[in-house]
Amino acid sequence: MSAPSTVAGAQVPAPPRFRVRRWWPVVALVLLAVVPYTTLPVPGVLPGGLNSPGSLQLLALCLLFAGFAVTYDLLFGHTGLLSFGHALYVAAGSYTANVAVTKLHWGWGPALAAAAGVGLLLPAVLGAVALRVNGIAFAMVTLAFAQVGSILVMSAHLTGGEEGLSLANVPALFAGVANTVNLYWLALAYLAVVVVLVRWAVESEPGRVWRAIGDNERRVTVLGLSPYRFRLLAYVLSAFLATAGGVVHLLLLGGSTPQITTSAFTVGLLVMTVLGGAGTRWGALLGGVLYTYLDQRLSALAGSGTVAGLPAPLRLPLSQPEFILGALFVVVVYFLPGGIAGLSRYRRRA
Amino acid sequence: MSTLVLLTMTGLGLGALYFLIASGLSLIFGLADVLNFAHGLFLGVGAYATWWAGRHLPFPLAVAVGVLVGVVFAVAVELVLIRPLYARPIQQVLVTVGLSAAGVALLQAAWGADPRPFAKPGWAAATTRVLGAVVPNDRFVLIGAAIAVFAGLLLFLRRTRYGLIVRAGVEDRAMVTALGIDVRKAFTLVFAIGGAAAAAAGALAGMYFGSITPGLGGSLLIFAFIVVVIGGMGSVTGCALAAVLVGLVQQFANYYAAAGVGEASVVLLLAVVLLVRPGGLTGRTA
Repeated sequence: MSAPSTVAGAQVPAPPRFRVRRWWPVVALVLLAVVPYTTLPVPGVLPGGLNSPGSLQLLALCLLFAGFAVTYDLLFGHTGLLSFGHALYVAAGSYTANVAVTKLHWGWGPALAAAAGVGLLLPAVLGAVALRVNGIAFAMVTLAFAQVGSILVMSAHLTGGEEGLSLANVPALFAGVANTVNLYWLALAYLAVVVVLVRWAVESEPGRVWRAIGDNERRVTVLGLSPYRFRLLAYVLSAFLATAGGVVHLLLLGGSTPQITTSAFTVGLLVMTVLGGAGTRWGALLGGVLYTYLDQRLSALAGSGTVAGLPAPLRLPLSQPEFILGALFVVVVYFLPGGIAGLSRYRRRA
Repeated sequence: MSTLVLLTMTGLGLGALYFLIASGLSLIFGLADVLNFAHGLFLGVGAYATWWAGRHLPFPLAVAVGVLVGVVFAVAVELVLIRPLYARPIQQVLVTVGLSAAGVALLQAAWGADPRPFAKPGWAAATTRVLGAVVPNDRFVLIGAAIAVFAGLLLFLRRTRYGLIVRAGVEDRAMVTALGIDVRKAFTLVFAIGGAAAAAAGALAGMYFGSITPGLGGSLLIFAFIVVVIGGMGSVTGCALAAVLVGLVQQFANYYAAAGVGEASVVLLLAVVLLVRPGGLTGRTA
């Protein structure tokens, strides 16, 4: 999207409104960074005061998943690759670091290096195979790969099987409830790094080729470029960032759960991206925050007494956050094809 | 020897289950370009309908009720949710994903997340001796059902006018439309067939595993996807071949290596097929 420009020279360059629009992401980042210093009570919206550990944990989860959604959007929105195996890389990050620290008793340095190595090698190998097919077949193949990962994690002794694996040696910086604030900052930093890197990548030269592949692959081939290589590049970058996020997830939850290996996890990321608006500047981020927030709060609502007192036709659907989110998703696909980010475009046009 | 026979029969039974799910999936994808993530939900709906009807009716009738409910549900999904989005494959996938999540959650809300024991009739619980191996009868039911569906599908596709339209539509949908044939009727038809086969698979899976859960369809669906890709999308014969192959490989590897290796070998098989023949066994380009 380029800035709206009419006839050259007919407009005053850079009016003040324009400058505010340009800097608001930085303002938002600073505001988010100082959230832990405010004691604003937000009844109903968050579990406690704004800087209570419960609220910070929830907000950190929202930010982390927004980061995951942005890495997913790099594939889906910007390159047109519908992957159903993104969970595999999040799980790879979480489990590699966790197994290295908890089971093999490595230090955090080697553990992080191992996670980084896996985060590069695994998507390079799997992507090289999966990208031999396109479109829907690619979706199925990535789904199959992720499913194997899920089955292996759930059956292997090393990964703790279906119970998951709690982290034995939490770094002092992140240990205990009092340090939830550091986890919050870590999640915020992760999101910021992912957003900056993805934006930089999308606006770089390969990024433009990615977009071109999504629009018209044959034309890219005619221009003498190999879509396969560019796709693989996007795939590896996205997977690597997801792996890094997996390590953040490990620290935030204090362990690895098999839920992050399932296809439902990837579907969640897909829903976030479409909900917010795939391939737009802030869509995936907004979708990730909104979806995670709704998911967490609806689960809390489903377990509360308010829902239990309702008559059965209302109580049954409301006790299932998945139902509300799934239905919301269908509604968005039908009536809001551009997602939340598409809304502002409607308003601007009107 | 008896182990070998039992493993083969069990693998074939599993393959039969995969075929019942994958054949509908493959036809729907081949004709309408819809990757149907709600296919697992069709299976779940069929399984729960059979389970519910099985408390009042004998088993074969209960299966018939389940299949009928599956057909009605699949046709309703096609008409209400999929049809308005034709020629937009990604949106269709997204809608079926959302539908699947919401539908499975509803099943869970209505009947709980815990497995529901599935009463199987006495003759299915009994065993038969084959070459010295004691084989549970439900394997034969599964294999018989899959062969019947396979033969029926081949007859339908090769010998009837609608089958001709479906085959032609898989080859070149634009051309069929240009000849003045309303392909969308055939879309509804393949959804009905797919819904029926998936619902039957749900009922038989309940019998095979002894219980049903809301998530049953989802886990089977992934292997059905693999079968569809290995078999070549849109080809029923390829689907049958791939289903047998996948069922046997999974069963043997899980027995002779370790639990979980079977699933990994199936995906390895998928990777090899993709590397050697990207269009699947039957060679159609996906």
